[in-house]
Amino acid sequence: MLYIKCPYCGLRAQKEFSYGGDATVKRPNINEEVSSENWDNFVYMRKSPRGKHIELWQHIAGCRQWIKVQRDTATHEIFQTAKVTEEIR
Amino acid sequence: MSQPFRLNKEGLINRNKKISFTFNGKKLFGYEGDTIASALIANGIHLVGRSFKYHRPRGFFGAGVEEPNAKLQVEFNGHSEPNVNATEMELVEGLSATSQNCWPSVNFDVGAINNFLKMFFPAGFYYKTFMWPKSFWYKIYEPFIRKAAGLGVASIEKDKERYEHKFEYCDLLVTGSGPSGLASAYAAAKNGAKVILAEDKPRFGGTLLTDDVSIDNLSGKDWAEKIITELKSMPNVTVKNRSQVFGYYDHNMLVMFERVSDHLETKSKFTPRQRLWYIRAKETILSTGSIERPIVFGNNDTPGIFLSAAAKEYMKVYGVLVGKKPLIFTNNDSAYETALEFKKNNVEPIILDTREEHSSELIDEAKAKGIDIRFSHGVIVANGYKKVKSAKIGKLNKDKNSFEKIETIECDCICVSGFWTPSVHLASQSGNKLKYEEKIDAFIPDKKKQHETSVGAANGSFTLEESLKHGFENGSNLSAKITETKTEISIPNVNEKKYGAHDKFWCMPLPKNENPKRFVDFQNDVSVSDIEIALREGYRSIEHVKRYTTLGMATDQGRTSNLNGLQLVSNIENKIVPEVGHTTFRPPFTPITIGTIVGREVGMEYMPTRKTPMHEWHEKNNAVFVDAGAWKRPRYYKQGSETLFEASKREAKNVRENVGICDVTTLGKIDIKGPDAAEFLNRVYTNAWMKLPVGKARYGLMLREDGIVMDDGTTTRISENHYHMTTTTAQAANVLSHLEYYLQIVWPELNVNVVSTTEQWAGAAIAGPKSREMLSKLYPDLDVSNEALPFMGYKEAEFFGVPSRIFRISFSGELAYEINVKSDHGMFMWEKMMEVGKEFGNQPYGTEALSTLRIEMGHVAGPELDGRTIPSDVSLNGLVSKKKDFIGKNSLGREAFNVESRQKIVGLIPIDRKSSIPEGSHIVQDQNAKLPNPKLGHVSSSCWSVENNNPFSLAIMKDGKNMIGKKFFAVSPLKNKSIEVEVISSHYVDPEGKRVRS
Repeated sequence: MLYIKCPYCGLRAQKEFSYGGDATVKRPNINEEVSSENWDNFVYMRKSPRGKHIELWQHIAGCRQWIKVQRDTATHEIFQTAKVTEEIR
Repeated sequence: MSQPFRLNKEGLINRNKKISFTFNGKKLFGYEGDTIASALIANGIHLVGRSFKYHRPRGFFGAGVEEPNAKLQVEFNGHSEPNVNATEMELVEGLSATSQNCWPSVNFDVGAINNFLKMFFPAGFYYKTFMWPKSFWYKIYEPFIRKAAGLGVASIEKDKERYEHKFEYCDLLVTGSGPSGLASAYAAAKNGAKVILAEDKPRFGGTLLTDDVSIDNLSGKDWAEKIITELKSMPNVTVKNRSQVFGYYDHNMLVMFERVSDHLETKSKFTPRQRLWYIRAKETILSTGSIERPIVFGNNDTPGIFLSAAAKEYMKVYGVLVGKKPLIFTNNDSAYETALEFKKNNVEPIILDTREEHSSELIDEAKAKGIDIRFSHGVIVANGYKKVKSAKIGKLNKDKNSFEKIETIECDCICVSGFWTPSVHLASQSGNKLKYEEKIDAFIPDKKKQHETSVGAANGSFTLEESLKHGFENGSNLSAKITETKTEISIPNVNEKKYGAHDKFWCMPLPKNENPKRFVDFQNDVSVSDIEIALREGYRSIEHVKRYTTLGMATDQGRTSNLNGLQLVSNIENKIVPEVGHTTFRPPFTPITIGTIVGREVGMEYMPTRKTPMHEWHEKNNAVFVDAGAWKRPRYYKQGSETLFEASKREAKNVRENVGICDVTTLGKIDIKGPDAAEFLNRVYTNAWMKLPVGKARYGLMLREDGIVMDDGTTTRISENHYHMTTTTAQAANVLSHLEYYLQIVWPELNVNVVSTTEQWAGAAIAGPKSREMLSKLYPDLDVSNEALPFMGYKEAEFFGVPSRIFRISFSGELAYEINVKSDHGMFMWEKMMEVGKEFGNQPYGTEALSTLRIEMGHVAGPELDGRTIPSDVSLNGLVSKKKDFIGKNSLGREAFNVESRQKIVGLIPIDRKSSIPEGSHIVQDQNAKLPNPKLGHVSSSCWSVENNNPFSLAIMKDGKNMIGKKFFAVSPLKNKSIEVEVISSHYVDPEGKRVRS
């Protein structure tokens, strides 16, 4: 079970979180024309890298904040966590 | 009642307390502190089971977790448990143990015929044999294999015991209380670290209990006791015996299995049987020790053959002799300690040492004590069927590939030692790549992967001095990093015997013209020849060899067999062991009970139960409940001998004719506040929200980004910047997360806050033509006329003195209202409604009637919004704005969503107007068509229309709207029904929606 550092609450067990997918996907702006291809990329297309992956988790059984987690998909090592307003590099 | 193999004095058992038990029906006794194994051996019983494949007689081989054979069916404290390890289970009064995998009895086992047919049971037998003819599989092969498979019998009784889960955090977890574990725990504790020390066995000390050593002039056992006593007195230390750390998971999470009360005669009502600990440790010391491995020889599985250290443990811990004419077969010095222990107890052992004559401290001592030692000797084959009677021994030649001077010597036990294998399971589970250590012919942990530090024998250090030193150093250094305190501890003086070098020899060659089975893995009956066959057949990867031959599988996980198996594969392949590699070590290290994994999450505690504030009233009034997620909702209120069908029809009819009330507390409720709330709703919902006035509700539809309907519900504008959203019961949590996602990540610029208020409000729907009259009695001072409170209107008013919210919304399609009061007032509201409603013929109605009402109205719910439908599929395209953007809008343009023949919602009635159409039925053109019959759609919801007094269903059907008036079949293979149906509009009752506005 992973041990995830919520930037608001500190280290908490994975049980308290739910997974939210790739954090680098950006939704096209509201009321903006978007090509079918860009829209499909946003809705469906995801990379599934082996290794470092920046992803969203929500602390549902805690502060309910969505957070960013940089995790190795093969080893589960977590390198960094951040608020969604912060950058992970 | 005498115990012929019990020593008079030795051992750590409590001789003042006799414990009686039975084995295969025979009454026996042992002492407190015995295991089932030690008590049986004391009674001279060795034949305890039959082997898995050949049904060969098997006895005890080890004295702890390494035991491959002695798995018993054990009944105690009123339950029956299969595959209990007799060498681990402590004796309790009244326990009854029976042998497994034998019929009719362990002494006469019909299955033993397999042993004489063994040429027909080679490696891969099942794979090769049960392939053809194909038709034999179900009726002949599968039942046969099922009967032969497995060992014990799982109980079908409900487990009455209590199990617990516990979550713990510590600075240092120490797994194993041998010398290195004790030293680590002690050093860390002195540095002020929070320490958990876990010991699998009932007694602390590990090898200190059996080795002839002294530390600071105390015996090993006394020193262990001194340290444990001190550790127990320290507030920062938790010391646990009977606790096996069996798994090392991600982020330094270890899981431990504690046997809390199996050994207790009486316990309090709330004492759990077993407890599962989830331990998050900052650092972990793996002091799991090592397990002796056997030397392979002919018939080496005969009862009476033991690991040499196990024989010593039986003497030293339990005061039990495994035999009175022991033969000791070894390639190293450690077995000499067993020989000396026999000698001390006036039993004369013979030592066969595969090494050439040489000298060491232990050999010299054995010689001095007059023990018969034969160098360059080995056991060729053991004789005896149900118990060892003699052994054929021989002198090995220089290359050790043949022997001479063959003779047969009598013996009643053979104690075998092929050197030591570090228990690296936990280290490997942590992700540590192991490395092969030539010096000890075994794998040891390599570079750290997580925070695991292996010490002592688990790390390949087999001397006490080294183990203690590593323990103290690592315990001290690891904890000092955390506590930033370092207490100096002087490493104690150690007195131990020096071991000479061991011999790599591990397998005796076969005698000429004889072919006895030489077992590598006892539990799975895998012999040397099986592995040879697998390699001849082309299996190369050790993982494949394992699966093909079953080497190293099952409950003992190859603890005594893995390395010998690897040796054999590398010999045949002419490789060195590290090239062959090892199979994966997986948790659990030892079998654990399902009860422990489940813990308290069983029955009512399987998940939380959510009850509405009116639950007690429903209970008192014969409600039959249905689960809606975690909620309990009344499905119907039973009157007399009514069936579900009758009751729901009565309740629904009463709503159509008079008035009914329904508990709608379970609907999801979300409070939305902020200056940008309208803009936010406008983006979340498909319809327009910018112009909704204060005091009005609106029905809204929300999509996922892929265009599929996510949820529906009404949202009411309470005040300028304050909205009250309702969701379906099932989607409440998802919708909240969905809203939070957009507010926190996508549109953080919107100034809006959302919070769940589901449990803050109790809700009741009042529905039916007489609902307005009833409402006027509930709110005598309020104008509830159609003009003052129109459809989709909202008012706040006092309900008999308590604040309430009135929404004029309808799910039933009737004139209807929903009243919300604070949860604490829910019961008051409900009882008042029942009282006031009497004169209007009010009756409560449950979810079944609620479904009937919405289905015949053509209102969609979960079965239609099933994660596959878009708004136009369910006739809700009127709610999809063309003018504004919203979540999922771009997806609605997808080609597949816009083809002419796209699925649509329709209504179905049976041609005979009588047959109910099962939900889930497929709609087909021709009920007799050849399979696969092309499916045109499926029945999503079914009811008995109370308005028209015949069955009615909703269905999602290809090109639905153009099918109206046509006839099809609704077939349900599950219910074995085929019903001819006519397609009609999904709005079966009041299609213009006049009633809700009346």
